[in-house]
Amino acid sequence: MTSVTPPRTAAEECARAALAEHGSERGPLLPVLHAVQEKLGCIPRDVIPVIADGLNLSIAEVHGVVTFYKDFRSTPPGRTTVRICRAEACQARGANALVEHAKRQLGVEFGETTPDGAVTLDEVFCLGNCALGPAVQVGERLHGRVSPPRFDALLGELR
Amino acid sequence: MTRVFVPRDSAARSVGADEVAALLERAGGEVVRTGSRGMLWLEPLVEVETPDGRVGYGPVAPEDVDGLVAAGLLDGTAPGLGLVEELEWMRRQQRLTFARVGVVDPLSPDDHEAHGGNAGLRAALALPPAEVVGAVTESGLRGRGGAGFPTGIKWRTVLDAESELKFVCCNADEGDSGTFADRMLMEGDPFTLIEGMTIAAHAVGAREGYIYIRSEYPDAIATMRAAIAAARERGWLGERVLGSELSFDLHVRVGAGAYICGEETSMLESLEGRRGQVRAKPPIPAIQGLFGRPTVVNNVLSLAAVPWILAHGAAAYAELGVGRSRGTSVFQLAGNVARGGIVETAFGVTLGELVNDFGGGTASGRPVRAVQVGGPLGAYLPVSQFDLPLDYEAFAQAGAMVGHGGIVVFDDTVDMAAMARFAFEFCAEESCGKCTPCRIGAVRGVETIDKIRAGQDREKNLVLLDDLCTLMTDGSLCAMGGLTPMPVRSAVQHFAEDFR
Ligand SMILES: Cc1cc2nc3c(=O)[nH]c(=O)nc-3n(C[C@H](O)[C@H](O)[C@H](O)COP(=O)(O)O)c2cc1C
Ligand code: SF4
Ligand code: FES
Repeated sequence: MTSVTPPRTAAEECARAALAEHGSERGPLLPVLHAVQEKLGCIPRDVIPVIADGLNLSIAEVHGVVTFYKDFRSTPPGRTTVRICRAEACQARGANALVEHAKRQLGVEFGETTPDGAVTLDEVFCLGNCALGPAVQVGERLHGRVSPPRFDALLGELR
Repeated sequence: MTRVFVPRDSAARSVGADEVAALLERAGGEVVRTGSRGMLWLEPLVEVETPDGRVGYGPVAPEDVDGLVAAGLLDGTAPGLGLVEELEWMRRQQRLTFARVGVVDPLSPDDHEAHGGNAGLRAALALPPAEVVGAVTESGLRGRGGAGFPTGIKWRTVLDAESELKFVCCNADEGDSGTFADRMLMEGDPFTLIEGMTIAAHAVGAREGYIYIRSEYPDAIATMRAAIAAARERGWLGERVLGSELSFDLHVRVGAGAYICGEETSMLESLEGRRGQVRAKPPIPAIQGLFGRPTVVNNVLSLAAVPWILAHGAAAYAELGVGRSRGTSVFQLAGNVARGGIVETAFGVTLGELVNDFGGGTASGRPVRAVQVGGPLGAYLPVSQFDLPLDYEAFAQAGAMVGHGGIVVFDDTVDMAAMARFAFEFCAEESCGKCTPCRIGAVRGVETIDKIRAGQDREKNLVLLDDLCTLMTDGSLCAMGGLTPMPVRSAVQHFAEDFR
């Protein structure tokens, strides 16, 4: 007879699916974390023990990795993440002014989400679009020559 | 029907290439999506096949399409840029590594072979490993990721290491701002990178490879994955590559937003599933790399140069260049530049030729004041240094570095004290935290520059800043902390007035 275990949460199920898919790869932790975050938008606290167990790692090790990398979030982002490049080549094309404009328009700082949950604003250092700056990434989509009016137009498409 | 070429490169897409492609298709064009030629100021650049070659139109905004089609774009008779390969920007280049980028459909294996692809791999597979390593050594190829270490010597070390398990790892983390050539090659000609890695595998005796791509590059990730699947299907990867004795397979791994993971040992830690903290060297990765096994770690451009070298001979490659900088390098013009993009040319071209002749000066039309060469850890140089030839040694002598070949242009509105501050801010943000000079020094650097900018004990703080730079240069474990002083000191040296 099997012992009574508490019902699994959806997050746990997701972690188990990621482990099943990537667990046998070499050095599987990052692929597993990416898979979980792709599904859930973040790495919830309660999946860390599941992943640790599945990969024979300590909870501290998994936690250490999750917190080292900027991509991994502990809470889900807004419906769309907008990232503005702040690196040198985009600064040369007015990125700092764009950053100010974006924060004012959205009423949030980097790392924050608008109250309606629509947009999370973030900074990024280089998107590989350095000849067509300022560069902005909306979701996975790259945009170039983003002037403040063009930024507003991109935001308009999200709402 | 004539074929119309529209880039699928993410830079081209970032300024409307998808919309233009859709409109051209609707207008009846047979649209082929290629990589980008690297004339990024002309994107979206549309090319039309004609009996004389491809003619170009650009930049084409979606609202221009109807008019251009009415004027005869679809048969190449509308007035435009003329033959793309005859454009001054293209004719002055020597495209070896980037020969197929912007020309072929990146995911068509047939296109790859039709344009000379796999010739290098076939030539390599016909040679014993030591001779492949010998050819790479003779070519003079040095690592394009930043440090400029001779590729052949690295491969020799891995070949000589005893182990039944060895790896080839491609560093596609491309975190340096002002650089995008790795991305454009992966998006525009992924089979060439696969070919280069396969040659490396044969040369050193590896059966397994990884490409570590930064997560900021979703299009490059998707293109590389699709190309690897296509290559497996063709027998270019897997058991008995091209019918030879070689077995080699390749996997894409995705970074997670850490600049330091471009440093090779940090990248290996990350591939192993750990925090991206730098390892002390020795042991070097060539002897104890991924999972402690002998590992080739090379930049995308180093690996992608190898097929040409094997196909055309080491001597032909070594013939180009100056001093100990042999062959071509893929320079990237970025920032406030009128004509930004890819310039692949032999080493020895001067900074001024790149910024003024190719780049056309600033985009803003104002005078150029400074250029940063070699990424966020590279020096800021004034216009008075424009005679400097792009050559590893000449740059080192000038207190600068070629790095990954990125050149970021600034006009006369730039505040160099703000850029120096940013160098420290970036280092503080991206430090892996393993050693104190970098972790603490970067934070102290920001504070010190803030004081200087505020006019607080200026002379005293400038001395303090210099001491701090010396401490970081001498005491850091890796080049993140070790080279952050380079942009700072060069800014103070060449643009002292901004710190007064
Ligand atoms: C902070 C730091 C970041 C680096 N980032 C990259 C990078 O993004 N891509 C790269 O190829 N090399 C990068 N390097 C250099 C690598 O450590 C290593 O020298 C290189 O991948 C070796 O390949 P190569 O010999 O073909 O250049 C970086 C080095 C440091 C110190
Ligand atoms: S110099 Fe900075 S990035 Fe390099 S090992 Fe030390 S703390 Fe880490
Ligand atoms: S510096 Fe902004 S995209 Fe590279």
